[in-house]
Amino acid sequence: MSDESTVQRITNPKALKAPNAVLVTVASSLAAVLIALAIAGVLLAVTGYNPFEAYSKMLDAGLEKDKLLEALSRATPLMIAAVAVAIGFKMNLFNIGVEGQFLMGMFFAAIVGAYVDLPPVLHVTLLLVVAMTAGAAWAGIAAVLKVKKGVNEVIATIMLNAIALSVIDWLFQSKFRYEGESLDVKTKPLPESAWMPDMFDGRLTSFIFISLFVVLVFWLVVYKSKFGFRLRASGANAVAARTAGISSNRMIVTAMLMSGAVAGLAGLPYLLGESHAYGPSRPDGYGFNGIAVALLGRNHPAGIVVSAILWGFLDAVQGPLQIAKIPQSIVLVIKAIILLTVVIVNEVVGRRVAKRTADRTAAQLALPTAVAA
Amino acid sequence: MRKSKRFAALALVTAFGLVAASCGDDSSDSGSGGDGPKVGIAFDTGGRGDGTFNDSAARGADKAKSELGATVDELEATNAEDRKPNLETLTKNGDNPVIAVGFAFGDGLAEVAAANPDTSYAIVDGFIENAPANVTFLGFAEHEGSFLVGAAAALKSKTGHIGFIGGQEIDLIKKFEAGYTAGAKYINPDIIVESQYLGAAGDNAAWGSPDKAKVIANGWYADGADVIYTAAGGSGAGTIEAAVESDAWAIGVDSDQYLTATADQQKHILTSMLKRVDTSVFDTVKQFKEGTLKGGFATYDLKSDGVGYSTSGGYLDDVKDQLDKIKADIVAGTIVVPTAP
Repeated sequence: MSDESTVQRITNPKALKAPNAVLVTVASSLAAVLIALAIAGVLLAVTGYNPFEAYSKMLDAGLEKDKLLEALSRATPLMIAAVAVAIGFKMNLFNIGVEGQFLMGMFFAAIVGAYVDLPPVLHVTLLLVVAMTAGAAWAGIAAVLKVKKGVNEVIATIMLNAIALSVIDWLFQSKFRYEGESLDVKTKPLPESAWMPDMFDGRLTSFIFISLFVVLVFWLVVYKSKFGFRLRASGANAVAARTAGISSNRMIVTAMLMSGAVAGLAGLPYLLGESHAYGPSRPDGYGFNGIAVALLGRNHPAGIVVSAILWGFLDAVQGPLQIAKIPQSIVLVIKAIILLTVVIVNEVVGRRVAKRTADRTAAQLALPTAVAA
Repeated sequence: MRKSKRFAALALVTAFGLVAASCGDDSSDSGSGGDGPKVGIAFDTGGRGDGTFNDSAARGADKAKSELGATVDELEATNAEDRKPNLETLTKNGDNPVIAVGFAFGDGLAEVAAANPDTSYAIVDGFIENAPANVTFLGFAEHEGSFLVGAAAALKSKTGHIGFIGGQEIDLIKKFEAGYTAGAKYINPDIIVESQYLGAAGDNAAWGSPDKAKVIANGWYADGADVIYTAAGGSGAGTIEAAVESDAWAIGVDSDQYLTATADQQKHILTSMLKRVDTSVFDTVKQFKEGTLKGGFATYDLKSDGVGYSTSGGYLDDVKDQLDKIKADIVAGTIVVPTAP
């Protein structure tokens, strides 16, 4: 082991540079998922259901082509939401406001999209920009509050979620209702030039390509660019970064705006692919689930994609589970236990690895002394 | 370490957030039926066990099971994104007819029904433009039923001060408010009718926040109101609790909530506005079995007893004649009930 890497390990025991560290992270996340399934299995057994039957039902139903496509469709907005959360995490910022930001993006895209007339690709592109702008603007409020007034971003973004809901509802009810015969009142429908086509008989949204592109850009910007290095450096150690000449306030604002811009996209798979208008029967919960997916994926692009698909898979099998008379809440329980075990397993593994590295380093450092003595 | 602690705290909060969302009632009772139709019921968020709207649909399904020999598969959505897949899952499972309980299924149903012309679908409260012929819309005149309980509230109020608590502030629930207010003013033009909604349109927590409803109801009761009508799904339980504490009246909705209340609570449930979702579900299955289900609109109003009010407890016995007269006037068209406040 070279001196350089020893030093690096001493100063930053959590550095995930070595390939075996990546392996450890993947293995510990996998272990967490298995442990969670085991615990949920016990819960199922205690409440009078056969866990083996439940899990085999999940696999049987979930591995059918239709359900796999559905899992990918459901993963599409989750990947985006998780990337939004992960951008914040990288700067040590907790953006709990993805929920409000995605609603803002979705709402304003629905409004602008319905009142402009453009050729298909341009129309969708414009709406992507509108949604990102709206999401970023909403997140920007929290960023400004933090930088100027020192308001904790967790509090600010949670509050902004509630405010977003009310502001959107007010705008919707007072200005943008489009009256039809249905009780499911919505905004004016988007013209077809703004629709994203479905694939495989409506089972998979083509928006998944945009989601994967967002993940790719996230990887390039955060892991491969100078800016990304600064971002991660500020997140890891704000004082050191400041000493190195990186303005942490500027990084906070930039990270928050980027996070919000990405979050703004999360509602678009549903808007452009299914409902083609904004209304109260829209989806919710992308914010919370995005945090979960980012945590499980350890904020890493590949981890986020895999975790989002796992989440989508779990959501997709809730229907067949119910038909088999197994309560669908087991899906939510499994998700929650996975989250907790991920944190516990990572903490335990992290400590073990740190201790082993420390021991080994100590042994190496002790060696010359012993020889000298 | 500090960072990892924050990380852990966040994971905890998220985990609780997820589980809290699952704290509904899962009890699904379908079981075996006979050789009748294989019926698929797609509930929206809330599902069987809400004591009001969904339970009414569930009763219809149970009746179809016992009287028509139907077998029933039930699916409950936990999120907007579950709606379309659940309709697909039921269809693929061979269920026919498939009944969607709630207008929010409209978008998903439009696609699924078009893709599966051999399956019959019905949607409670729903409407789809240019719908395929295999969809039946089960519509209700909630404003008419609400007019009657509004009149009952005004007749029974000693203080001339009543209230209405709605769930989400959406057109469907505004129909309840409009009818209720109009009914109360029909009896007493000077009556004070308070009105408040538990959540903005799209705020799904509005259907499951009995605590919020209780706070509002307690406030109004303290201010002198003595009857409160709540059209907010599971949140209505809060109003009933408040009515017990303040020794006042609550009015239930959709199902006869007297029947699922405790003995203490029963003394405070004046009546319930009945929305006979059960009848509509049963009729749909029956017509399907007989081959007469033909798609399009099926309207359940006061005339067809598709809406009405419950008389459990007998608290309205003394004003029954007046209410019957009003009902006859609405059916005859002499009284026209508004659908928006």
